[in-house]
Amino acid sequence: MLSFENESSFAPPVQRPFAMTRALRLLRRRLVGSAFVLLIVVIGSFLLLEAAPGDAVDAYIVSTGGDAGMIELLRHRWGLDQSELTRLANYLWALLHLDLGQSVTFSRPISDIILERLPTTLILMGSATALSFGLGSALGIYAGARPGSFRDRFLSIGSLALYAVPGFWLGLVLIVVFAVDLRWLPIGGIETIASGKTGFSRAADVATHLVLPVSALGFIYLALYLRMMRAGMAEAWRQDFVLAARARGLPRRRIVLAHVARNALLPLITMLGLQSAQMLGGSVVIESVFAVPGLGRLAQEAVAGRDTPLLLGIILVSAVLVIAINLLVDLAYAVLDPRVGAGEASA
Amino acid sequence: MSELTISRRGLLAGSALLLVSTALPAIGFAQTPKKGGRLVLAADSEPRNLNPAIVASNGVFFISSKIVEALAEASFDGKDGLQPRLALSWEGAADGLSVTFKLRDGVKWHDGKPFSSADVAFSALQIWKPLQNLGRTVFKDLEAVDTPDELTAVFKFAKPTPFQLIRNALPALSSVVPKHLYENGKIEDNPANNAPVGTGPFKFAEYKAGQYYRLTRNDAYWGKDEPYLDEIVYQVLPDRTSAAAALEAEEIQLAAFSAVPLADLDRISKVPGLKVITKGYEGLTYQLVVEINHRRKELADLKVRQAIAHAIDKDFVVKTIFLGYAATATGPVPKSDPQFYTADVPTYPFDVAKANALLDEAGYKRADDGKRFALKLLPAPYFNETKQFGDYLRQALAAIGIDAEIVNNDSAAHIKAVYTDHAFDLAVGPPVFRGDPAISTTILVQSGIPDGVPFSNQGGYKNADLDALIVKASETLDTLARTGLYKEFQKKVAADLPLINVAEWSFISVARDTVGNIANNPRWAVSNWADTYLAG
Repeated sequence: MLSFENESSFAPPVQRPFAMTRALRLLRRRLVGSAFVLLIVVIGSFLLLEAAPGDAVDAYIVSTGGDAGMIELLRHRWGLDQSELTRLANYLWALLHLDLGQSVTFSRPISDIILERLPTTLILMGSATALSFGLGSALGIYAGARPGSFRDRFLSIGSLALYAVPGFWLGLVLIVVFAVDLRWLPIGGIETIASGKTGFSRAADVATHLVLPVSALGFIYLALYLRMMRAGMAEAWRQDFVLAARARGLPRRRIVLAHVARNALLPLITMLGLQSAQMLGGSVVIESVFAVPGLGRLAQEAVAGRDTPLLLGIILVSAVLVIAINLLVDLAYAVLDPRVGAGEASA
Repeated sequence: MSELTISRRGLLAGSALLLVSTALPAIGFAQTPKKGGRLVLAADSEPRNLNPAIVASNGVFFISSKIVEALAEASFDGKDGLQPRLALSWEGAADGLSVTFKLRDGVKWHDGKPFSSADVAFSALQIWKPLQNLGRTVFKDLEAVDTPDELTAVFKFAKPTPFQLIRNALPALSSVVPKHLYENGKIEDNPANNAPVGTGPFKFAEYKAGQYYRLTRNDAYWGKDEPYLDEIVYQVLPDRTSAAAALEAEEIQLAAFSAVPLADLDRISKVPGLKVITKGYEGLTYQLVVEINHRRKELADLKVRQAIAHAIDKDFVVKTIFLGYAATATGPVPKSDPQFYTADVPTYPFDVAKANALLDEAGYKRADDGKRFALKLLPAPYFNETKQFGDYLRQALAAIGIDAEIVNNDSAAHIKAVYTDHAFDLAVGPPVFRGDPAISTTILVQSGIPDGVPFSNQGGYKNADLDALIVKASETLDTLARTGLYKEFQKKVAADLPLINVAEWSFISVARDTVGNIANNPRWAVSNWADTYLAG
């Protein structure tokens, strides 16, 4: 296990114990760095939100009205009569105790609200990412197997057109076609209301509800993976090792998958990490169009309601998510490309 | 007075029918009420607090009026425009110092405990007066509520309070909540605020944040054979375009409060099985108003305000922005109000030449670039129509040489900019007329209101005459005299233009043909739906 450390990266199969230690070191370094990132994210977001005109009470009285006394009472109850600095200090102090605080507008603990919505967003994001990554790279391989061919051009242009479509519009089109006209799928929501379903039938119900939003979210980002895969493969075709593989008389299928596509895969993994953050952003729109109760919609409501602690909680959870995903991506990298992992481990 | 009411109501019904007739062949409900079924409808927002005794707003009523009942509900043909709910009768003393309510017998709370006058006394004194957004104004002089027996509640006022005002306030301001659940602990933090317990035809069953609210039938409801429905489900659909799609896909059967955008109504009315209904919101009128900051010296000049009023083509606004689903306004009380409205006020017909002449007269000549002066215009973002009117107003002002710059904000920022910071010259606002000018209308022009109070005079307007009139009307007990004073009020406002009333609109429901007994009272969408049913 120890002796591998200084061996050249040509040793092909990565051994499991070795990968574990590397993973742990990576994790430790990342956690320390992440704590600082999170602190900056929290303070930055807090200041940005405070700079937005109007506070939670202003947002609330839009729908109720009220006299001066009532407004003063509300500001006091929601702690908005304290100075910004006091509130930031209080928030950070509570955060230190892993307490996300109380939402001023929902009057419920923020951790409860977020935990309620997180699974939905994770399923939505996860499925959409799997769709765009899986289908995107598969189509990319198909296109990149013969760069310059008709199918390559067709797929490239088609996917770009899809990428140019605004998310909400694609969502609406899907609704009109599949939910209103054909009535194959439900129009929105995450599951049938008060259906009393459990276990597998409930999972199937949720899956049915997710088909349209996942498609809308996934198809948009599909182009990225497709184009990237295709470009990487076009590049790889010109490499010497491909020439060598062809010279050895390997079947074309094997050259495409094991040599060309595998080499083009690495940048896609990087993209996957970067994309996870964007997916969170894109899901705000998709969640609204399809009435999916996820974090994105909650964030939008928190901004509109000027619910600073709630929004900070969402941002914090999202930041942790993105950091975790990128950590996973790095680990995957280490497994897929031994050179990268070795560099990380010895640095 | 009564004569006028009848003729005006006929007129209104006529105009409503005219509107409806374009969209739907017949409004009569031939079906016989049927029991059972689940009504699913669209909800576009999720109120944080569902207690209508604390938050008297349409967003809260939409859901909780089915659970928590008021003393009385609005009615098309009842005496004083009311029909009994928890109160059977109401009587005001001649001196204006007390109002006696006789309550309904045999009513039970959803938890089985009996309803009594103690609940009314508790709600009035502990909630409506100190905590409720509107009650804090209307019930400010309420001193005590005597409960000589279980079914009698006598409201005692410290100062004479017009009975007419109390009556008009009943539908929206008198939601009764159970004393036994609220008397311990802080009322604002009570769990029943999020899972209300009332006496209404439906019980609160569950709320899934971001998904739905579900109400179930109250089998012990006092109304005979009521309610008809087994369940009401409010499906949260935050995107406005999805309500129309959900109706077409038959996933929901009703979209109230104009959840279907005006622009979609024409198309949706042609979908078989769907009907567009413009009735049932007569008691919930929104007013399209240009709010004016009188601190700007140009706008402090009456001639300039008159010029702006003449520059606005109200008919065009109604036809183009509201697609006909609105009425032009003459003053601060809407035409749809059966008690107070008068048409006998100064009017400002659309006349660009006259507007230009008025501005010239006022001394604001056009500069070489054709502009007289520049303004900041803040359209309220709450409705599509307020934003669209902002764009229209900018063009209308350009025609008379006023260069308006539109500042777009979200709701919280708009409220702060207009009502706290006064960082506007003109703003477009949608105040609500709540059945009596004293509830939320006179405050729009009255002076001396502290900074930060939303939907009030924050434009620095001060008119001693008008202030005196408002005070006098608030102390006048005689209904006829009081009504007369509010007519005077409308004249004065229309003459001096502290703000410019442009149009009045209400909401529209779209429903499946199977939904019966829709729109049978002037506050239908926020009433208890005990008689609503699903046919077939």
